[in-house]
Amino acid sequence: MPAPVRLRELIRTIRAARTQAEERDVIQKECALIRSSFREEDNTYRCRNVAKLIYMHMLGYPAHFGQLECLKLIASQRFTDKRIGYLGAMLLLDERQDVHLLMTNCLKNDLNHSTQFVQGLSLCTLGCMGSSDMCRDLAGEVEKLLKNSNSYIRKKAALAAVHVIRKVPELLEMFLPATKNLLNDKNHGVLHAAVVLVIEMCKHSPDTHTYFRKNEKVVPQLVKSLKNLIMSGYSPEHDVSGISDPFLQVQILRLLRMLGKSDDEASEQMNDILAQVATNTETSKNVGNAILYETVLTVMDIKSESGLRVLAVNILGRFLLNNDKNIRYVALTSLLKMVQTDHNAVQRHRSTIVDCLTDLDVSIKRRAMDLCFALVNGSNVRGMMKELLYFLDHCDPEFKADCASGIFLAAEKYAPNKRWHIDTIMRVLTTAGSYVRDDSVPLLIQLISNANSLHAYIVQKLHQAIRVDISQQPLVQVAVWCVGEYGDLLLSGEFEEETPVQVTEDEVLDVLEKILHSSLSALSTREYALTAIMKLSTRLQSSTNRIRKAVSIYGSSLDVELQQRAVEYSALFMRFDHMRPALLERMPLIQKTGTNGPMNATIHGDEKEEGGNLPVQEQLSQQAQVNNLLDLLDDSKPTVSLPEASKVHQARGELLDLLDGLNMPDLQSSGLSAGQPQLLPDGIAPPSFQNASNSKQGIPSITAFNQNGLKIEFSFERSKANPNMLFITLCASNSTEIDMSNFVLQAAVPKSFQLQLMSPSGSIIPAKNSGAITQLMRVLNSQKQPLRMRLKLMYNHKEVPFEVMTDVNEFPTQAWE
Amino acid sequence: MRFMLLFSRQGKLRLQKWYIAMSEREKKKLGRELMQIVLGRKPKMCSFLEWKDLKVVYKRYASLYFCCAIEDQDNELLTLELIHRYVELLDKYFGSVCELDIIFNFEKAYFILDEFIMGGEIQDTSKKNVLKAIEQADLMQEVRSVVERGFIYLPHMRRHSENIFANIISAGTAIFWRRRSKSKVRWATRALDDLKEFPPGPPLPSPRPAILCPVGRLLQPNLSPARPRVGRGNPT
Repeated sequence: MPAPVRLRELIRTIRAARTQAEERDVIQKECALIRSSFREEDNTYRCRNVAKLIYMHMLGYPAHFGQLECLKLIASQRFTDKRIGYLGAMLLLDERQDVHLLMTNCLKNDLNHSTQFVQGLSLCTLGCMGSSDMCRDLAGEVEKLLKNSNSYIRKKAALAAVHVIRKVPELLEMFLPATKNLLNDKNHGVLHAAVVLVIEMCKHSPDTHTYFRKNEKVVPQLVKSLKNLIMSGYSPEHDVSGISDPFLQVQILRLLRMLGKSDDEASEQMNDILAQVATNTETSKNVGNAILYETVLTVMDIKSESGLRVLAVNILGRFLLNNDKNIRYVALTSLLKMVQTDHNAVQRHRSTIVDCLTDLDVSIKRRAMDLCFALVNGSNVRGMMKELLYFLDHCDPEFKADCASGIFLAAEKYAPNKRWHIDTIMRVLTTAGSYVRDDSVPLLIQLISNANSLHAYIVQKLHQAIRVDISQQPLVQVAVWCVGEYGDLLLSGEFEEETPVQVTEDEVLDVLEKILHSSLSALSTREYALTAIMKLSTRLQSSTNRIRKAVSIYGSSLDVELQQRAVEYSALFMRFDHMRPALLERMPLIQKTGTNGPMNATIHGDEKEEGGNLPVQEQLSQQAQVNNLLDLLDDSKPTVSLPEASKVHQARGELLDLLDGLNMPDLQSSGLSAGQPQLLPDGIAPPSFQNASNSKQGIPSITAFNQNGLKIEFSFERSKANPNMLFITLCASNSTEIDMSNFVLQAAVPKSFQLQLMSPSGSIIPAKNSGAITQLMRVLNSQKQPLRMRLKLMYNHKEVPFEVMTDVNEFPTQAWE
Repeated sequence: MRFMLLFSRQGKLRLQKWYIAMSEREKKKLGRELMQIVLGRKPKMCSFLEWKDLKVVYKRYASLYFCCAIEDQDNELLTLELIHRYVELLDKYFGSVCELDIIFNFEKAYFILDEFIMGGEIQDTSKKNVLKAIEQADLMQEVRSVVERGFIYLPHMRRHSENIFANIISAGTAIFWRRRSKSKVRWATRALDDLKEFPPGPPLPSPRPAILCPVGRLLQPNLSPARPRVGRGNPT
């Protein structure tokens, strides 16, 4: 077999390949040769072949078949073989494959080799890729080498020990005794490795922390080393642009930080040297700033003197003015870290930080933005917001969402007054409208509805805004909602501060209709608009007919939600016209529920409104029950209906309010479309009628539950208007001797369904089958999936409360297909 | 440090060193994504980026990007120094290093890195020590080859192999011992070309001025600080 091509020759050939395919071709050929050479156990060229594989591996080609060859090379006696073998092992093997364990023995032999370079290779490999098993096996050897007379071996052994501790922290104590001598080492490499080792130990166990602080008196020793470094004259070996051994300095500073953390005595010992480093370090080059940066971090972390802390913050302040963007970046990062603890000190650099908002570098901009938000407080909120709004206006799109929500949060926390707060939010909506998150719309609406005295002002401003621009969806939604609610104020134009703009009814409606018809509008925006137009029907005197027309168009909309609304609203104009003014009254004040959980807040809000006159307590308990029920279903968000018994005939105004803009998205998502049935008879016949027609449809009834004398039967009917809608009439009867009282039924269906539970005919089931409770359920199954249902029954029988849970899975196929 | 990558302006990986255990596929994916992000950054931007859970420090030298993913508590500014130190070491070793040197002598670049950084931590803060170690190891590799092939056979060396260097140097047979300039390296290596496992790279083409070409020096020689000032006077 001829000698294989040299490595450099192969690299040249690969580089000469013009196309990817050509390159692949060359590599495949070479791989074939290498494989056959491996098969023949060729020792002379194994090293060369593995080196080639390493190169191919770097290009992204598979090289796993070289793994065993690496092990053979390591076992070879030739240094060249070992060198390439270990290199290959570090690159091609990893601790997830068991093959690497075969190496352990070779490593062990090489750790005791007579040549330092072989020992070095072996230590380096262990420190790079040793697995925990390997570390356990070799920790003893490493510990021995820590005491080696050769500094070349000592430093490598110390770093290998670092790796061992990272992998197997419980081996830590084994290395503890050796650290004392290592920390006294004159060789910078060894000292550096020793400091790294101690840091690693401190990280893993708080006990070693105190051990080094108390028993070993490491702090004074480190302080001395650091002082020597600073004071020592020029030594070309360790010097980096005039600073002696920055790598070692930084490492020592880091260890001091760990030791001084929450320890007064240790902190006291290092105060002087830290001040010395902070004042004496040359700052014209990056390396000096690297040391200063580390010093600042240490000063801020330990219990340092207040003067020193001020010095540290001032250093960062100087960093902010530095020409080097990297230094500005670290300054902002560390100021952000300390803004919680040293708020006032950071506050002093506010104007510099604000200036960083205009930096060209996006990373710096982002940091500056975060920091600005952290710096906003009650006293500077107006000024800061001005800057941030300006920033929001001019920044890249990627910042807008974060910046907008930051402004919302800060404005809510520190707003000096309501008007300012609302102005700020409106400003955000007009400048960054389409970037704000969805939950900001209900938040703002809530805020507006609570600001009673400002309604006229707000509605006028918002109306102005949407006359100019209807593309910013969140803004449009808020504006439309306000116009709907406070349309009368808009027309009356009574607002004392500014000269009101006179608008006519038609102009208002023009805008709303434009939004309703525009293809730019999102679906939910249209829903807002439709409701707003409807609401205006009671607020505008002469436009009823126009509104009626506008609404009726959508009675045939393709979108179910819009259609349903339009039909319902049209019905309001016809059959229920006498109720209309009451129904379309203003929304009651929305109670504040906190902003931190948008989901919670809105759901909670729903429940509250639904409950109407219900005591809050009861509502909450009902909610809790629903949640219990939710837990039981495998779907993450099933739809659940509560019986609506409690709220049937309440103030009628509130019933329709449920349909109102604010809740709409939530209603859709959770499927709770409550409130329609009693009011709007869109094809729902009374239960009795359904029973009669049941036989006609021919869906067999089922017994959903029969236990302890309680029997629940389901009979079904499909809606003629909407074949996806199923009416289930349940009939509960009692065959025992005694009446069952307080009967409550809850039902849950998987997420793909929508379920609505009507109020039952009563809460007492008479004994001996002498009567029954009926209750109607509506199930919307738009995906025609097999129906499943979970029922929770609660009743009192013989004065004992019962609670039963049951699954109903045997629905007749006609009911859902 | 978690890993270090060297890649070219064109997105070709030149060197990779992983100090954390990760599967081959993850490494590839991570490397590819990081490369794209770094290459997509504008020169005006700072050298640090936070990406996924990583803190990445990168620096460009001529056509090569040096990119380190560091631990959370690591000093970013110092990492820049670390990268620079590695480039200096390469420069010293190869004699005005360029990308081609690293391509053709990747194993040397790895050896230097392993002598400078171990397990993600700096091993020696002295440039001299690192280079000395590499040179001696190189010499050992070469001498071993020589000895094994019988060109130099000194019977007592077998027993005291660690004394090989001393003996050879004193005998004056190893002129290649001190590598100070590229020409000497070339000379020495040419002499040993047949003996060694790894012959040196190809003769380099004459340097082209383009900054992107792989023969551009990574480290620019220090220019005199005073640059000629452009007159601002109005020519008319």
